[in-house]
Amino acid sequence: MAAATSKSYFWKGFRDGTPFVFVAVPFGLLFGVFATEAGLDIVQTIAFSATVFAGAAQFAALQLLQDQTPTVIVLISALAVNLRVAMYSASLTPYLGSAPLWQRACAAYLIVDQSYACSIVRFEKEPDLTIAQRMAYFFGSVTPITPLWILATIIGAVLGAQIPESWALDFALPITFLAMVGPMMRTLAHVIAALVAIVVALLTVGVPYNLGLLIAGMAGMMAGAQAELMLERRSPS
Amino acid sequence: MTQIDPTTMWIIIVGLAIGSYALRFTFIGLVGDRPMPLWLLRHLRYTAVAILPALITPLVVWPSATGGQPDIPRMSAAAVALLVGLISKNVLAAIFSGAATLYGLLYLLT
Repeated sequence: MAAATSKSYFWKGFRDGTPFVFVAVPFGLLFGVFATEAGLDIVQTIAFSATVFAGAAQFAALQLLQDQTPTVIVLISALAVNLRVAMYSASLTPYLGSAPLWQRACAAYLIVDQSYACSIVRFEKEPDLTIAQRMAYFFGSVTPITPLWILATIIGAVLGAQIPESWALDFALPITFLAMVGPMMRTLAHVIAALVAIVVALLTVGVPYNLGLLIAGMAGMMAGAQAELMLERRSPS
Repeated sequence: MTQIDPTTMWIIIVGLAIGSYALRFTFIGLVGDRPMPLWLLRHLRYTAVAILPALITPLVVWPSATGGQPDIPRMSAAAVALLVGLISKNVLAAIFSGAATLYGLLYLLT
């Protein structure tokens, strides 16, 4: 009985996760193209997408490598871009933290924007779900995306070599990231964090090893956190 | 584009694979049900909205494709992608309007 209900939650998650295919597939294609342009072979491209499984961080790493950034700085910066998955992990922990360790270890690999967005909404809406149902839902929500993300990367890599320079793919990354940033501006504190990060990024552009990125990122995070505190004090809710 | 040395690339791939998994596993796997300090959560909330704009801004203002000269199609495309994303909350709509702006202006101005 319990197994049957978990199964139905898997399919609920699957249905809720399916629309995100339309985000993951173009993004994967784009990454495949971008990686090929940067000189990665197909094995590297597939390994990158399959093991790192975080589009934004992958793009960021390739961009920084193009700019001759030292390896350590590339790693730190790309992981900083990916820090939000740690935030997702933290936010899911109260709901999934008591599942068996092997399930949490598998779930950790699959924490991405889409699975987090689906799951947190469902878990908040239905607080009485059992741990098994929550895990089933979480795995269901990411099942349609994972194989297609990797497949799209492969297709992009194969097509990438044939795309002419006049297509201005250099700008695919900025457009994609800006498009992702817009919907993230949920509060005034988010806007302040972004604005401070932009100003500091422009001021620190001369700092060697692209360290300006980390300085600007930290400045933005601190500005966001401080703004949140001040806004809370002004309007206690 | 500059070619990336294969050894460096593999170091990056393996490093990011391990690092990303560590980021994902730390809280759900190791912290479990223990509470986390509020100040840390408050900063983590703003990582994405700070790091992503910081990464893109120099690319928009000084694009590598034009040899670092600011240009109208790329600036406009960036502004459109951001604005459409802000208003519609739809990532795909924002990507497509930004790309349409870029190609439209590149076609008209060059």
